[in-house]
Amino acid sequence: MSLTYEDVVAKYEPVLGLEVHVELNTESKMFCGCATVFGAEPNTQTCPVCLALPGALPVVNEKAIESTIKIGLALNCSIAPFSRFARKNYFYPDMPKNFQISQYDEPICVDGYVDVEIETDEGPKKFRIEVERVHMEEDTGKSLHVGGATGRIHGADYSLLDYNRAGIPLVEIVTKIVPGTGKYAPEVAKAYVAELRDILRSLGVSDVKMEQGSLRCDANVSLRLIGAEKLGTRSETKNVNSLRSVERAVRGEMIRHAELLNAGGRVVQETRHFQEDTGLTRSGRSKEQAEDYRYFPEPDLVPVEPDAAWIEKLRAGLPERPSIRRKRLQEAWAVPEKEMAAMINADVLDIVEKTVLLGADPTKARSWWLGEISRIANDKDVAIADLAITPQDVAEIVALVNSGDLTDKLARQVVEGVIAGEGKPSEVIAKRGIKVVNDDGALMAAIEKVCTEQADTAEKVRAGHIPAAGALIGAVMKETKGQADAARVRELLLGHLGQPTS
Amino acid sequence: MIRNTAAQMAAKLASGETTSVALTQAHLDRINSVEDKVHAFLFVDEKGALEQAASVDAKRAKGEKLSPLAGVPLALKDVLAQKDKPTTCGSKILEGWLPPYDSTVVASLKKNDIVILGKTNMDEFAMGSSTENSAYGPTHNPWDLSRIPGGSGGGSSAALASFEAPLAIGTDTGGSIRQPAAVTGTVGVKPTYGGVSRYGLVAFSSSLDQAGPCARTVLDTALLHEAIAGYDPKDATSINAPVPQVVQAAKDGNVKGMKIGVVKELNGDGYQPGVRARFDEALELLAKAGAEIVEVSAPNFEYALAAYYLIAPSEASSNLARFDAMRYGLRVGDVDGASAEAVMNLTREVGFGKEVKRRIILGTYALSSGYYDAYYGSAQKVRTLITQDFTKAFTQADVLVSPTCPTTAFKIGEKANDPLAMYLNDIATIPVNMAGIGGMSLPAGLADEDGLPVGFQIMSPVMKDERMYSVGAALEAALLSKWGAPLLNRAPTLEASK
Amino acid sequence: MSSLSRDEVAKLAGLARIEMSEEELVSLSKEFTVILDAVARVQEVASADVAPTSHPLSLRNVFRTDVVVPSLSPEQALSGAPAQEEQRFRVPQILGEE
Repeated sequence: MSLTYEDVVAKYEPVLGLEVHVELNTESKMFCGCATVFGAEPNTQTCPVCLALPGALPVVNEKAIESTIKIGLALNCSIAPFSRFARKNYFYPDMPKNFQISQYDEPICVDGYVDVEIETDEGPKKFRIEVERVHMEEDTGKSLHVGGATGRIHGADYSLLDYNRAGIPLVEIVTKIVPGTGKYAPEVAKAYVAELRDILRSLGVSDVKMEQGSLRCDANVSLRLIGAEKLGTRSETKNVNSLRSVERAVRGEMIRHAELLNAGGRVVQETRHFQEDTGLTRSGRSKEQAEDYRYFPEPDLVPVEPDAAWIEKLRAGLPERPSIRRKRLQEAWAVPEKEMAAMINADVLDIVEKTVLLGADPTKARSWWLGEISRIANDKDVAIADLAITPQDVAEIVALVNSGDLTDKLARQVVEGVIAGEGKPSEVIAKRGIKVVNDDGALMAAIEKVCTEQADTAEKVRAGHIPAAGALIGAVMKETKGQADAARVRELLLGHLGQPTS
Repeated sequence: MIRNTAAQMAAKLASGETTSVALTQAHLDRINSVEDKVHAFLFVDEKGALEQAASVDAKRAKGEKLSPLAGVPLALKDVLAQKDKPTTCGSKILEGWLPPYDSTVVASLKKNDIVILGKTNMDEFAMGSSTENSAYGPTHNPWDLSRIPGGSGGGSSAALASFEAPLAIGTDTGGSIRQPAAVTGTVGVKPTYGGVSRYGLVAFSSSLDQAGPCARTVLDTALLHEAIAGYDPKDATSINAPVPQVVQAAKDGNVKGMKIGVVKELNGDGYQPGVRARFDEALELLAKAGAEIVEVSAPNFEYALAAYYLIAPSEASSNLARFDAMRYGLRVGDVDGASAEAVMNLTREVGFGKEVKRRIILGTYALSSGYYDAYYGSAQKVRTLITQDFTKAFTQADVLVSPTCPTTAFKIGEKANDPLAMYLNDIATIPVNMAGIGGMSLPAGLADEDGLPVGFQIMSPVMKDERMYSVGAALEAALLSKWGAPLLNRAPTLEASK
Repeated sequence: MSSLSRDEVAKLAGLARIEMSEEELVSLSKEFTVILDAVARVQEVASADVAPTSHPLSLRNVFRTDVVVPSLSPEQALSGAPAQEEQRFRVPQILGEE
């Protein structure tokens, strides 16, 4: 019997728990000097330390500690005056030492929270997600499963291991249990991960690319009858790798649990894998027999005791909270919600803000970055930030359009030129010989020429059929090689043919 | 020539009386002639050693400024990674592995132009007190080939005592430098923890392991100590401070006014009479040399052995997890359809010896949920108590002393099936590792009842390693004048029966 | 008296990834009865008021700066590999989770 989501939330209360792993964007790995470039050739970023060769020893990356403290501060955590690394012992071929250097009972940040706001039936509502801990650990290598059906681990003949990712610094952010979200649990989960992503991005500590795995979410879900005290058995859905999937995974697990419970069955405490194609989860390893990780203090490393001055320095350098900044910019720029969301999705908020700060009109700045420039970036399949055009360039171009020195069409040519590496806007204009024909005399000459050539059309306009003017304006623009201001041409043309100009 | 001290060899090299190639060749010849009896080496790097020697000679010919031990040969315990040379740790599981990197100790040796003759035998992964736990067969004590040369660094100590090398590197987790030195009549020092880099030292127990110098005299040991010690940014537990002035201390050998504390608990019952006699005699000589002998008490030392056999196996169970047949070393059972897990299980069954497995299981148990507090946790508390005992004792004395081991060398096979009896060998050496302080063993003479060497242990506070060299040099000088010749002159020559 | 049953030894051997014969399991279980009694002595003095020491040094905050240093070449990295393919370590099929 298939349940609807409404059936589920009418009877059960979901309880969430979210664990987010973030790969830090340090230049070198957590415990060695190997590079961390994504997509490098296999096993080109490895050394005795991250391959766990006999005798090698870890040394902590200071930047990773700083990034973790910044994350803790941004999530309103307390920074522990004493914290330590611990070994988490378990065998797995993607983990070279067969233990992970992590933190156990002495994490670096504890007791924080994140507020998220979502749309509810009663309007916008705020939910507070409490953060239990933020701790440091290291990533594992990557396995490629060969043979079998789909490159999946099950049925594979053997696996190939690349340890480039092994030892990249990871921060794990663990929430306390999140009750009280009711039917909004999937949206709250998504909003939390989105907010976290924005905060992390604003801190500049991670690429936060869910599709590349630099931000990964494990969603714990359990159900209890509404009004019940005792928590239900939870399942842990691993590595959900998009915001939409977070929402789908939580919703899917709620329905799956409810179906089991309604049928008199029980939920098994286990790891499950989210499948993008179906939106369902598949059973992984059962956690009934809990792994015994045999944590103990990592004897190759010494404790971390950040002093107050260090913490305060990091606190002072924290950026404005993204949600607050968003509200501020939205009001200042008078941007509709949808447009704001588009800018955030396209990751152009920073760059638009910079352009505006350089004097450009917010609407114009936004439309350049979100329109023409985004399109070119898409065509070239690169990030906007990687294009050779700066907020300064865009601000200049907007100013030139405002002053009438460029038309919109010419401005596009200038943007193209700048991106093509032809130099600053002024240089592109000079090199390409781009200029607006402002000389009315020259324009009139072209108009007269066109009206003679297309006498029939001119006659129609003269007779009051204004839409026919379009063809003539087009011809004039062509005559002037696109360097005329179309509005001025229209004005002069209509005047010339005895029609009202506005 | 091979019976000279390292310092004498260095002087002859400096004066041009000999060359490093000649000196190295002489040792290679000696190795060739006695190795079938001693079995100190797992790998003799004839070619590499001669090349290195030739390059030192060339540098000297060009008039380059060289370090004090440049050109002198050395035997390296096979637990330290040396680039492109076999490094087995005495284990089958690493057979054939060639490290693609140098340990920091090896890098220091190379920088100092010390010629590396090869890799010496040891108890597998340094777990043992007799070198019987090597997967490649036992090493024999040059004093009596039917006896053990100590362990885990029995290869290094035997190489020194049989004049196969004048210098050696050992590592000491619970006594693996000092106990072999004691039973072979040589000198061995475990420096302060953090004094010598552990980078490239294949870990047994990370919080206890320490590499250190071994030689036949206190001064040679000090010269080697200075060559390998110092801060290493690749080891987060390395101490960033100047190296203690051990060479100067060894040269001065001055104990006038020093207070020497005899640890009450490390003597008496369980110590062989000949060991006690030589120890008491040494105390008299030190008193004559101007030291004040006092008695100190360290009541918690009696728990050190128990704590050690929880802490070291716990850390080892984790450190040795990397030997899993995936990235390097032995792989067993990789047949069609076998899982990675099955291959790991089989490889570790076949690749590890009995003692290693015993300790891995013990350590796994001590860390497992439900037992952590009772075992590993309690052992850590004992560690605190032992450190406190030392702290207190060092307010009463500048150095502490004891016999290095309760007995002289035992027979090969005698304790092989009694792990607890074997563990008791380390009863006097373990407290030093627990507290991370320095410890030295030097020869105190032969036990009357069996004519075998007895070791005298000196313990010094953290980063005060020079103190044990002062005391060691003073005692060595007094004993030498008493004996008239170095103790090792009384050992069998090993040549005749060939 | 502490002791460790054959089954407990088998469980530990599983955690430690060591295959063991029946004979080995039984003999280790016997040995552990003796060894555990000896090491359990630590509990005699490990009272609640004693702080644990996990490390002999009192060093704090030992870090390296975030600077890239050259890695091994892939040939060096894979030089000890029992099996390799496509510049990766080849390992037998991995059971269990993904």
